[in-house]
Amino acid sequence: MNLRRMPFTREIGWLVLAFLYLPVFILVLYSFNGNRTATVWTEFSVKWYARTFHNPSIQVAAWNSIILAITASFGSTVLALLAAMAARHFFKGRSAVEATLNAPLILPEIVIAVATLILVVSVGVELGLMSMIPAHVAFCIPFAYLPIRARIQGMDAGMEEAAMDLYCNRFSTFRRVTLPLLWPGVLAGFTLAFVTSLDLFLVSFFLAGPGSTTLPVYIYSAIKAGISPEINAISTIMLVVSIALVMVSFAFGRMRR
Amino acid sequence: MPSAVDIRNVSKSFGRGAYAVEVLKSVSVEIAHKEFFTLLGPSGCGKTTLLRLIAGFEAAQKGQILIDGVEMSSLPPFQRPVNTVFQSYSLFPHLTVAQNVAFGLEGTGASRSEVKRRVGEALEMVRMGDFECRKPSELSGGQQQRVALARALAPRPKVLLLDEPLSALDLKLRKQMQIELKQLQEEAGITFVFVTHDQEEALTLSDRVAVMHQGRILQLDDPRTIYEHPSHRFVADFIGDINFLEGRVDTRGVIALKCGAVLADSRAGATHGDISVAIRPERAKRVPTGQGNVDGTLIQSVYLGTGLLHQLRLPCGSVFLLREAAAEAAPLPAHGGTVGIELPAAAISVFAS
Ligand SMILES: Nc1ncnc2c1ncn2[C@@H]1O[C@H](COP(=O)(O)OP(=O)(O)O)[C@@H](O)[C@H]1O
Ligand SMILES: [Mg+2]
Repeated sequence: MNLRRMPFTREIGWLVLAFLYLPVFILVLYSFNGNRTATVWTEFSVKWYARTFHNPSIQVAAWNSIILAITASFGSTVLALLAAMAARHFFKGRSAVEATLNAPLILPEIVIAVATLILVVSVGVELGLMSMIPAHVAFCIPFAYLPIRARIQGMDAGMEEAAMDLYCNRFSTFRRVTLPLLWPGVLAGFTLAFVTSLDLFLVSFFLAGPGSTTLPVYIYSAIKAGISPEINAISTIMLVVSIALVMVSFAFGRMRR
Repeated sequence: MPSAVDIRNVSKSFGRGAYAVEVLKSVSVEIAHKEFFTLLGPSGCGKTTLLRLIAGFEAAQKGQILIDGVEMSSLPPFQRPVNTVFQSYSLFPHLTVAQNVAFGLEGTGASRSEVKRRVGEALEMVRMGDFECRKPSELSGGQQQRVALARALAPRPKVLLLDEPLSALDLKLRKQMQIELKQLQEEAGITFVFVTHDQEEALTLSDRVAVMHQGRILQLDDPRTIYEHPSHRFVADFIGDINFLEGRVDTRGVIALKCGAVLADSRAGATHGDISVAIRPERAKRVPTGQGNVDGTLIQSVYLGTGLLHQLRLPCGSVFLLREAAAEAAPLPAHGGTVGIELPAAAISVFAS
C-alpha cells in the first residue's frame, strides 16, 4: 500500500510537526519580546538575555549544570569505554550486562530518581552535587556507550594484531592504536552524555540540595512563580546548546578514521 | 646452529567438545636461515592458522614452535622476533606512511635519528621514499603493499611471515612484486615464510615449498621436485595441468591402463592393484599413429604462443592434454584424425587409487 495515497497523510504530518515545534518556535520568538507579558508581542529586544546573564541564581544553576555535565560525561565515557572493550569478547552473561548498562534508556526516570533518593538518604549522604554526580554518571552511561560500541564493532581487529606484531604490549596497543581509532566514538559518546546530563531533570530535582540547583530545576521552580521572558531566554539558550552538541556528537560519530 | 623456525608436531583445533575441528594435524617443518619457504595449498587448508601460530596470535593444543632455537609457546606476539605482512595489509589508518614504518622501531630503544634513518632505508628498499607523509588511504593497493612490507622489515625480524601478500594485486603488478620480493629477501638476508594458494607464485619464488591439504603437509621439497615428482595425487593435481590415467599394476610392475596402453614401471611394483598414472601435458610426446603407447583422436588444438596445446580423446573416452613447442611440431592431422601418444617412463608418476 502506498502511504502517500492515503487521504490526509500530508495534512496529518503537518499537524504533528506543528504540534511538536510550534510551541518551541513561539518560546524562542517570545524570548526576544521587549514586553514583560509573555503573551503580548511589542518589539524586538535581547534584554532578557542580558538579565539572564546577570541573574545570580541562574549563574549558580548554570555553573552547577556545567560542572555536573562535565564530571558525569567524563565518568560515564570512561566506564562506557571499558564496558565496550570488555563486551567485544564473548563471555557468559554478556547480553545481560549490556541490557543492564542500557537500562536507563528504558526504565522510568522517576523510578530511578526516587530509588536513588531513598538510597542516598538511607546511606546518610548529604543531598547535593556529591550525590547527583553518581546518579548522572549511571544515567549517562548508555548514551556514551552506544557510539563507542558502534565504533568498536566497525573496527578492524587486525589493527591491534598488527600493533602487537610490532612489539606493542596490551597497554601500548590500546594507547597507540585502539584509542586513536576509537577516538571519534569516544568524543561522540562524551558529547551525547554531556547533553543528556544537561537536560536531566527528575534525578537532579530529587537529589539536589541547597545550592546545587541545576538549570532545568531552576526553570521548573521559577515557572511556578509565573512564566517570565527570562525563562524563555534561558530555555532558548539550553535549546541551542543542546542542538549544537547533538550535531557535534553526530559529526564525531560520522568522522572517518 | 638451530633452524630459523622449527615446528614440531603442532596440532590446532578450533571449537570445543563435539564442535572441535582439527585445522592442523601434527605438522612438523624445519625452516632454514635465509630460506624462502612457502606454504602452498587451497583455501581453508590451514596456512593462515600455521602462520598465526608462529606469530603468536593463536596457541597450539599440541606441539612446539621454536624460533632460532627458542621455544615460543609461552611468549605473546610482542615478544617474538617475527613480523607479519598481513593479507589485508592492516596499515594504521591514523598514521602516516613514515609513522607506520617507524611503529615497530619505537620502543626498541633506538634513538630518534636512528629510527628516522631506518624508516628512510626501509622505504627506499620498497621504493616508497617519496610517500613518507601520505596516509594509507591516499595510496594504491600496490603502494600499501610496499608500505606493509617496509613496516614489517624495518625492525629487522629474524623471520618475516607473509600471508598471501600479493593476492589483492592485479596480475601485472603481482608479477612485478614477485620479482621485487625475491630480490628483497636476498638483500635483507631474512628468512621468509610465505603463504600462497597460487602454485605458479610458489614455484617461481621459493627455495622450498610445503604443499598443504586439510591440515597436513603432504609434500615438502624444492619447487622442481614438487612439480616433476609429486608424492601425492593431490599435489600432482593442485600444481599445474596434469593428465590422470586409471589402470591396474601387477606385482612385476606392469601397468595396464584402461585406455589400452601398457607401461612398465619398476617403482610401481610396490603398490599393486588399482592405480592412476599422472603425466604433464608437456612431458607426453606426439608420435606417428601406432608408434606410441596409445592413440588418440584430435578434438581441438590451441595455439598458446609458447606452444600448442592439443586436446585428444583416448579410446576409453577420457580427454588427454598434450603440449608441444610450436616450432618443432610435425604437421597435424585434420580434426578427428588420430595421433600417437608416447608416455616416457621417466615422465610418469604413479599413485595408488
Ligand atoms: N578462529 C577460528 N575459529 C574457527 N575456525 C577457524 C578459525 N580460524 C580458521 N578456522 C578454520 O580453520 C580452517 C583453516 O583456516 P585458514 O588457516 O584460514 O586456512 P587458509 O589460510 O589455508 O585458507 C578453515 O576451515 C577455517 O574455517
Ligand atoms: Mg588464509
